[in-house]
Amino acid sequence: MSTLSIPATLHEDRGGPGQPLLTVRDLSKGFSVKGGLFGRGAGRVRAVDRVSFDVLKGETLGVVGESGCGKSTTARVLMGLLDGDAGEILFDGEGVGSRALPLRAYRRQVQMVFQDSYSSLNPRLTVEASIAFGPGVHGVPKREAIARARSLLARVGLEPARFADRYPHELSGGQRQRVNIARALALEPRLVILDEAVSALDKSVEAQVLNLLLDLKEEFGLTYVFISHDLNVVRFISDRVMVMYLGQVAEIGETEALFERPRHPYTAALLSSMPSLDPDARTMEAPLAGDPPSPIDPPPGCRFHTRCTFAEEVCSAREPALFEMSAKHRAACLMLPPGSGHSRAPATPEAAHV
Amino acid sequence: MSAALEGSPALPVPAAAPSQATGYWTSVWRRLRRDPVAMGAAIVLLLFVLAAILAPYIAPADPYRSSMLRRLRPIGTAGYPLGTDELGRDMLSRLIFGARYSLLMGITPVALAFGIGGTIGIVAGFAGGRVNTAMMRTIDIFYAFPSVLLAVALSGALGAGFGNALLSLTIVFIPPIARIAESVTTQVRSRDYVEAARASGAGALTLLRVHVLGNVLGPIFVYSTSLISVSMILASGLSFLGLGVRPPEPEWGLMLNTLRTAIYVQPWVAALPGLMIFIVSISFNLLSDGLRSAMDVKQ
Amino acid sequence: MLAYLARRVLYTLPILLGVSLVCFALVHIAPGDPLSSVLPPDASADLQRQLRTLYGFDRSYPEQFAIWIGRALQGDLGASIASGRPVATEVMRAVVNTLRLAVLATAIGFFLGGLFGFVAGYFRNSVVDKLASMLAVLGVSVPHYWLGMVLVIVFSSQLGWLPATGAGPGGSSDWAWDWAHVQHMVLPAVTMSVIPMGIVARTVRALVADILSQDFITGLKAKGLTGFGVFRHVVKNAAPTALAVMGLQLGYLLGGSILIETVFSWPGTGFLLNSAIFQRDLPLLQGTILVLALFFVVLNVVVDVIQSLLDPRVQRS
Repeated sequence: MSTLSIPATLHEDRGGPGQPLLTVRDLSKGFSVKGGLFGRGAGRVRAVDRVSFDVLKGETLGVVGESGCGKSTTARVLMGLLDGDAGEILFDGEGVGSRALPLRAYRRQVQMVFQDSYSSLNPRLTVEASIAFGPGVHGVPKREAIARARSLLARVGLEPARFADRYPHELSGGQRQRVNIARALALEPRLVILDEAVSALDKSVEAQVLNLLLDLKEEFGLTYVFISHDLNVVRFISDRVMVMYLGQVAEIGETEALFERPRHPYTAALLSSMPSLDPDARTMEAPLAGDPPSPIDPPPGCRFHTRCTFAEEVCSAREPALFEMSAKHRAACLMLPPGSGHSRAPATPEAAHV
Repeated sequence: MSAALEGSPALPVPAAAPSQATGYWTSVWRRLRRDPVAMGAAIVLLLFVLAAILAPYIAPADPYRSSMLRRLRPIGTAGYPLGTDELGRDMLSRLIFGARYSLLMGITPVALAFGIGGTIGIVAGFAGGRVNTAMMRTIDIFYAFPSVLLAVALSGALGAGFGNALLSLTIVFIPPIARIAESVTTQVRSRDYVEAARASGAGALTLLRVHVLGNVLGPIFVYSTSLISVSMILASGLSFLGLGVRPPEPEWGLMLNTLRTAIYVQPWVAALPGLMIFIVSISFNLLSDGLRSAMDVKQ
Repeated sequence: MLAYLARRVLYTLPILLGVSLVCFALVHIAPGDPLSSVLPPDASADLQRQLRTLYGFDRSYPEQFAIWIGRALQGDLGASIASGRPVATEVMRAVVNTLRLAVLATAIGFFLGGLFGFVAGYFRNSVVDKLASMLAVLGVSVPHYWLGMVLVIVFSSQLGWLPATGAGPGGSSDWAWDWAHVQHMVLPAVTMSVIPMGIVARTVRALVADILSQDFITGLKAKGLTGFGVFRHVVKNAAPTALAVMGLQLGYLLGGSILIETVFSWPGTGFLLNSAIFQRDLPLLQGTILVLALFFVVLNVVVDVIQSLLDPRVQRS
């Protein structure tokens, strides 16, 4: 892996360890929905709506939420696979697409592993060719790209002599996902986005791949954005967790704090729906009922108020902003900021920090 | 195997040397070879192709030499195993030479339409958006004609002749092939591996060459092969109507037309050219079906 | 639902316009002077000019197209160069004959194809299925004009059971649904029915096999539904698609009957096209193609609409 012809400067840490690797501010992305007489005008799904968060250097940020909450759209906008409608993405302090960091240079540093291990590998290419494709695009000579592919295969636990010339259909799901990880690493990225990367795997294989991801992270100094609907997995691998609901951030904080003491009722509901093997920890709370409302026409005010046990009149009138309980824990709920008008909100600013 | 400590990830794979790893087309061929119907059809077609190529060497007589004295002899006549036609020409020789025209007229329009329609469809599918809409709506207009009608209308307007018939048939087959190409390309374009390749910074042409073409050409090709039989029937049909090859050329459709008046005299001789079209057409269909199922790889 | 219908109809307008444009262009892609077939070889320049003005060939293409479309909308497709009669009258008379044949052929093809397909799908992978599938392949591979000739050879020339050509006593103008006339339809209609039969059989087989493999049928069987009950459910679910295929096939037959009509000298649109082509009667060619193509497009819309009424799932695709 050390034989790299990609200029080292591109991968250099610029802002120092204190600067977030990725800064996302007010990112929005919508899709128009067909319908109506002329196939338009039916509305726009606001898949991602004014989302802001940071990804710190060297951390794993878990992203959770129900399907349709905007997790995957966020990932695709971060990857530059979709253009955001509004908002800003800074990578190590530089605007993506700016002169200092053109899109092509950014793409080398951010890579993605997809959920469907089969559909994310070209069925007509050998494993080796798939991994070597990225470096080839960036001008790495063929021999060198192949050599790198083979060393990466070894690194993800697939013996190159046996696997390099195989085609995707000759591999198991877990093996294919290892290939996908090797493919993502071939460009020596600093940030890897894992979009439900282990969700389709058997539990035993999942554990192996998760451990591999942890090893690789340490070895290559990677930063992960780990998207999943599996809360157990997210808790295991993440340093911090971001909860999304209907295209917005509901809560973000350090994993243990968020799992031990969720501040947003949606997070609490999600956690209580987690299956537990411990009979004493069985939930007595009502789990999350029904489907989320349509993102085409989201509820006014707090988007969660239609399903929230604590909803009051104010919740459908005011949209809650992310409220900072501590430097590392924030949630968007009107029960948190003092004087919000919600009966459970603390009366004085001091009382907020409980 | 540095990851072996997590349990061997390579367990479920049967022992296989790297040399045994098979490419897609190798496995398609292996499956096709095991399909007796498809292989039978392929052998029949091969015989017809050989007959067409070697016609001057294997035909027993001159296909153009007519004789008023030997008109409409029955099948099995000495010296004329398949009889003679209405001008006393040797049927066997004419059928052998006819394979040249009929195969050429069946395959050429589909091959041309594969190139043109395939390109249109792939470009439209890969470009997406408005380019796609504009291109496919135009294609839809030609798709709104039943194929026989469009072929007859175009040849009728352009006038009879081998070249015009080929041109008309090519135009007939472009829309269906373009439609299939567009839908296959649109599907492939949204696959994760194309996204992944895009995410690694590959340009449009590289994406198209490495990741799209290899995955769309196969299905487009198979679909096109299924049109060859239609093309054979239509091409001979145009000649049958007098819109294709002109007399005295030995073309099966044209022969069928000129022998039509002879069905009360030598019915089975008159039916022979059509039988040839039928055999070749059904062989193409069976081979195409076999190819389709051989290529239908379940992951 | 209404929005869907309106959208479907609106979407058809540009297609109709495009189809008309193609038909219009037919005259202009034709090599040579469109008047050459009516002009005497020694026609004076003056006569040529007069005729050119008469047929409107002296104007610009867009002008000619606008005039032609305007007249076509009023049912005026111009006059046949060869006969001088209005194209619309000639086409309509021929369309009626072709339609008569095509409807009968579609009915035969749908009945037989549906039967084969149903049996094949119901007893999947049995000998019956293999046989029906083989028949379907034969049906789509056979050059139908040749099949027509073979039928004539067998049933007219050898057995003498049925007449080989024509439309019966008095020709097409004297049509009646009696045996003297209907016997003339048997061979062409049977020949023609082979085209939709293969396609209907394939479609129905796939539909039936698919429906039988679905969970709700298993559920019905588990509830004790047997024999006829299952049959009824299969028919109910397969019918909309099968009928749609039949409707489209009728359209194909209308346009594709030219070869079969030539074999049987049936006085329909095919016969008309044939004579238009050989007399280089371009207005007649243009008018016939336009009517057939428009019929096909409109039929497509009607089939879509009926299908969406029968099966609400269609709207979504």
